[in-house]
Amino acid sequence: MSEVLVDIRELHKNFGKLEVLKGINMQVHESEVVCLIGPSGAGKSTLLRCINRLEEPTQGQIFVNGQEITAAKADLNEMRSEIGMVFQHFNLFPHMTALQNCTLALIKVRKLSKNKAEERAMKMLRRVGLEEKAQSKPRQLSGGQQQRVAIARALAMDPKLMMFDEPTSALDPELIGEVLDVMLDLAGKGMTMIVVTHEMGFARKATTRIMMLEHGIILEEGPPEQIFDNPTHSRTREFLSKIL
Amino acid sequence: MELLVDALIRNFFNVEVMYKARILLWIGLKVTLQLSAVSLVLAILVGLLLASLRNLRNRAIDALIIIYVDLFRSLPTIVLFMLVYFALPYVGISMPPFWAAVLTLTTNGAAYFEEIFRAGIESIEKGQTEAAKALGLSFTQTMRHVILPQAVRVVLPPATSNSLELIKTTVLASVIALPELLKQAQQAHGLFANPTPLVEAALIFLLLLWPLVRLTGYLERKFG
Repeated sequence: MSEVLVDIRELHKNFGKLEVLKGINMQVHESEVVCLIGPSGAGKSTLLRCINRLEEPTQGQIFVNGQEITAAKADLNEMRSEIGMVFQHFNLFPHMTALQNCTLALIKVRKLSKNKAEERAMKMLRRVGLEEKAQSKPRQLSGGQQQRVAIARALAMDPKLMMFDEPTSALDPELIGEVLDVMLDLAGKGMTMIVVTHEMGFARKATTRIMMLEHGIILEEGPPEQIFDNPTHSRTREFLSKIL
Repeated sequence: MELLVDALIRNFFNVEVMYKARILLWIGLKVTLQLSAVSLVLAILVGLLLASLRNLRNRAIDALIIIYVDLFRSLPTIVLFMLVYFALPYVGISMPPFWAAVLTLTTNGAAYFEEIFRAGIESIEKGQTEAAKALGLSFTQTMRHVILPQAVRVVLPPATSNSLELIKTTVLASVIALPELLKQAQQAHGLFANPTPLVEAALIFLLLLWPLVRLTGYLERKFG
């Protein structure tokens, strides 16, 4: 088996008195595509956001690429720059063009020259099929295009891991396909991905492993055929019957 | 009628007094402009710094800043002037009137600017900070390149309006004997026993600030 890229040990997260994650243990290997599914409130997004510490874990350890990101002395900015994140609401910077969205961190974090950064950013925009929109501001783009720019922005950093937090949930149905196509392409090229999604088509097609979360624990996990066709847990069956 | 016009001209627009008072008023105008410029820049910078610190969401820092802002917003500015210039020397902190005025206007103005900038920063969606963090940008880089450029649009109208207030407040420095425009006009008024210099001072303030008033209105329409 390939190297372990993400290693989560006994992760707990409380919001005040509410325990959202109750001891998560999971590993993601290089080139794996892991889908987190489960009812809303299960803790999927929180789990994802703990991995790059957008949420502060209450307890437990998370290692990314062998380094502990939960360590007090972890170089958070450095480690985060190795983890691409795509958000439900895109979170593009509205005062910058698509190109500037992609070059900002290359210039400020990676310290690339403006020319080098733009060259790399254009390559990424081409990859998501939006080369001709480089000079557009986010508000001039459709939701699907915005999300593809957001993916290009994350990819530009050449991350070891890409995380997607419900990347298509805010999109009109006719725009979902173009974003999923980009994600499928990424998965096909060996990118390590953790995806929170309700797109079961994508989960079945692209995923090496599916994890079903409920009430802050991993209820069951396995390859998509097993989870979709032969789930062991009745709650998984119930959930899937509602969503499919 | 003729008598009234004559009285008006003799008392309010007396050319001879204007000529005699010109140097006093010129000095006053220079001091007012210097005081306004220095205090405004410092108040904006300190306000910006405080508002940025609020974005760290550290409870202790927040509490300190809230106390600071509340304190300075509650105190009448003229009281502050007197405390800084007349009271502080008793504990060994004394400074010339100009710097006492700068200190007063800066600390006071920063409290208002902090509130304005904080509201501007808070109007930016949380997702913006998160996206910047996720890319590995530091706190300073996030503020500088992502949050502040967006907050500026929200902040510009109230900040301009507050700048106007700050410049108007410089006249309070006359109570600590700083030779700014109003103080100098008062001097000239006493010296020449004619209120023309006071009218002149009023007209100068009008000329200085009226464009800012217009600008505030324009910005409010454009961004508000």
